[in-house]
Amino acid sequence: MNFDYSEEQHLLAQSVRQFLTKEYTFAARQAIIESDQGYSEQVWATFAEMGLLGLPFASDVGGFGGNAVDLMPVMEAIGDGLIVEPYLASVGLGGQLIARGGSQAQKQEILPALVTGQCKLAFAQTEREARYNLAHVACRAEKTAHRYTLEGEKCVVLHAPCADKLIVSARTTGPATAADGISLFVVDRNAPGVTLTPYRTIDNLRAADVRFAGTVVPAEALIGQEGQALPLIEAVVDYATALVCAEAVGAMQFANDTTLEYLKTRKQFGVPIGSFQALQHRMVEMTIIFEQAKSMTCLACVKADSADADERRRIISAAKIHIAEACRHISQEAVQLHGGMGMTEELKISHTFRRLTMIAQTFGDADHHLERFAACG
Amino acid sequence: MDLNYSAEEMAFRDEVRAWLKDNLPDALRYKVVNYEELTKEDLLRWQKITAERGWGAPDWPEEWGGTNWTIVQRHIFEEECGYAGCPPRIPFGVAMCAPVLHKFGTQEQKQRFLPGMYNGDVFWCQGYSEPGSGSDLASLKTSAVREGDSYVVNGQKIWTTWAQHADWIFCLVRTNTDVPKRQQGISFLLMDMNTPGISVRPLMLMDGGHEVNEVFFDDVRVPAENLVHEENDGWTVAKYLLGYERLGTGNTGASKREVLRVKELAAQQSKNGRPLMDDPRFRDRLSRVEVELMALEITNLRFLDQMRGGRAPGAEVSLLKIRGTEIQQALTELMLEAVGPLAQPFRSLRATDFDQHTASIAPRYCNYRKTSIYAGSNEIQRNIISKASLGL
Repeated sequence: MNFDYSEEQHLLAQSVRQFLTKEYTFAARQAIIESDQGYSEQVWATFAEMGLLGLPFASDVGGFGGNAVDLMPVMEAIGDGLIVEPYLASVGLGGQLIARGGSQAQKQEILPALVTGQCKLAFAQTEREARYNLAHVACRAEKTAHRYTLEGEKCVVLHAPCADKLIVSARTTGPATAADGISLFVVDRNAPGVTLTPYRTIDNLRAADVRFAGTVVPAEALIGQEGQALPLIEAVVDYATALVCAEAVGAMQFANDTTLEYLKTRKQFGVPIGSFQALQHRMVEMTIIFEQAKSMTCLACVKADSADADERRRIISAAKIHIAEACRHISQEAVQLHGGMGMTEELKISHTFRRLTMIAQTFGDADHHLERFAACG
Repeated sequence: MDLNYSAEEMAFRDEVRAWLKDNLPDALRYKVVNYEELTKEDLLRWQKITAERGWGAPDWPEEWGGTNWTIVQRHIFEEECGYAGCPPRIPFGVAMCAPVLHKFGTQEQKQRFLPGMYNGDVFWCQGYSEPGSGSDLASLKTSAVREGDSYVVNGQKIWTTWAQHADWIFCLVRTNTDVPKRQQGISFLLMDMNTPGISVRPLMLMDGGHEVNEVFFDDVRVPAENLVHEENDGWTVAKYLLGYERLGTGNTGASKREVLRVKELAAQQSKNGRPLMDDPRFRDRLSRVEVELMALEITNLRFLDQMRGGRAPGAEVSLLKIRGTEIQQALTELMLEAVGPLAQPFRSLRATDFDQHTASIAPRYCNYRKTSIYAGSNEIQRNIISKASLGL
């Protein structure tokens, strides 16, 4: 039993935090989110230089073979700094789908470019009717000779506007919610028949609704076996769920630290407001919830790659139930204890509030995971 | 990061498990898992059984019978005992008075009192709270006036758990009222419960159980040699002991057993022709408690990992107490709801085995309201975290 990060994990986390403290200041971030692209190529290049983009991938594509626990301190730093670059979408989702399910040729084409920062990915999975059901895929792919033709629409594809390639789930057989018949394809974002409607999200990421109309891809664009993609999608989404839990931990740590600081410095009635017991006990509750959330995140990251799929599902859902509620509680309380200042655009806590609000629902809200947890027995 | 026990720790867990399987008497286990009242003999019997194995007081110094276990081994032992359904350790002797004697007692006091605690021959209780001194313990008024070789004690204690069984009591008493701070002038005194002038009155609780008492002191003469540590510096002792009292209050082992009990009950009860366990409203509330318990187990291990380097337990122990008791209470509440109308028959009126099975649930629910009140109420624990961890 050991809860410490290893020396390497610690050093990496430290260098990420140093970079973010120096280069990714609140003002720098404001400039990035207001830019046309909504992210920084320079930051992305630095991530590549630091080895962050290759962290979980095999050495033959230029990676370092790390596991979810290796990514945990990085994700915490990303949550703390409210990084808007497409790390989770490229490294945690798209890259994982390729690394786990892709052919040798796909891996060699995409992953080395991803590791060096030359290729960004987005996962086009969610549909308007799907909520959090990963098996709900109405988007269709018709096979003709040596190619597939895609028809349908994906919504809120995070980071699609900057992605070079989209990983798209589409149905090759069966009705819209069948577990069988879902396939994954690598599609160039600029391919003919792909139309993006880009927008900004409430937490200042970029996303797009993506329409496929007669989009033709070669048979080699298929990832893994035709119609058998659901287990892969589920495993990768579980993995990414563990990572987003770690991002939440970083963001909640910031929320708690900055709120505590505020309680100690903000004065009313001639005394720091932190001297009031009504506020002290609320701050204590935030602290307890944070510690519990951190524990569940450790558990989730350790089990994210568990060979036992039942155990993995149960633990990931348990973690997400806890994190979802922790995100809501801590973000709401942080704003409340800051008073009106917590509402303002100019204070970082309002941005952290928005990110935590969205993380609470990313890859399934508490209700979704309660249902899945109960099904695990 | 590695959340697993080491091979040695796993082997130790298996050893404890196997020993409990062979040595925990069915009669004792039955009473514990069915929430029946344990007698003095039951409680002492379990202490004797652990003492015979050499596990009567794991955290004591080795020369007095301690096991020299690591902090993780001690945790494993407590978890396994809780999960197996062992009677609670009588905390007042081995876990509370003993650490005080180890730290502050004279050699004579140790030799006189420790073996009786270890071997389960002497039953101890704790005289701390008074009618006017609950969370504000330092305001206590029970007085001890020195007369020759004795102290003469007058006053009253309350909430004295198992005073009706006790052979001895350790008390905080006021030996000086003329002090600038209330924390001064308090002393730590040991008394034989058979001393003339001590009387015990039961305080029956709403579950029908007799656990706590009032203890009255009327010109009780206590030999001065029963004073532990210096006269008027008992608060130092009290603070030391409060740290011990909060330890091990997560009780995740016992709570894991109770989760299984809730599931068993909810599988037996039906709602609209289906097992209650399949009712999403009920199931979600149980799931939330299960998740909180999973988190607490890991949090507990994280703290143990931090303490392994020898760091003293701090305010994080308060966190374990708060969440641990909240979970325990939530589980009793879920059981109460699981059995629905069958929660109503009171156990003294039970008729059949099935009634007996469910009739202990409502009293248990009532009884467990105590957990967020005792050993430093959860509000006091929040004050501790606020001050010690957050610096507010």
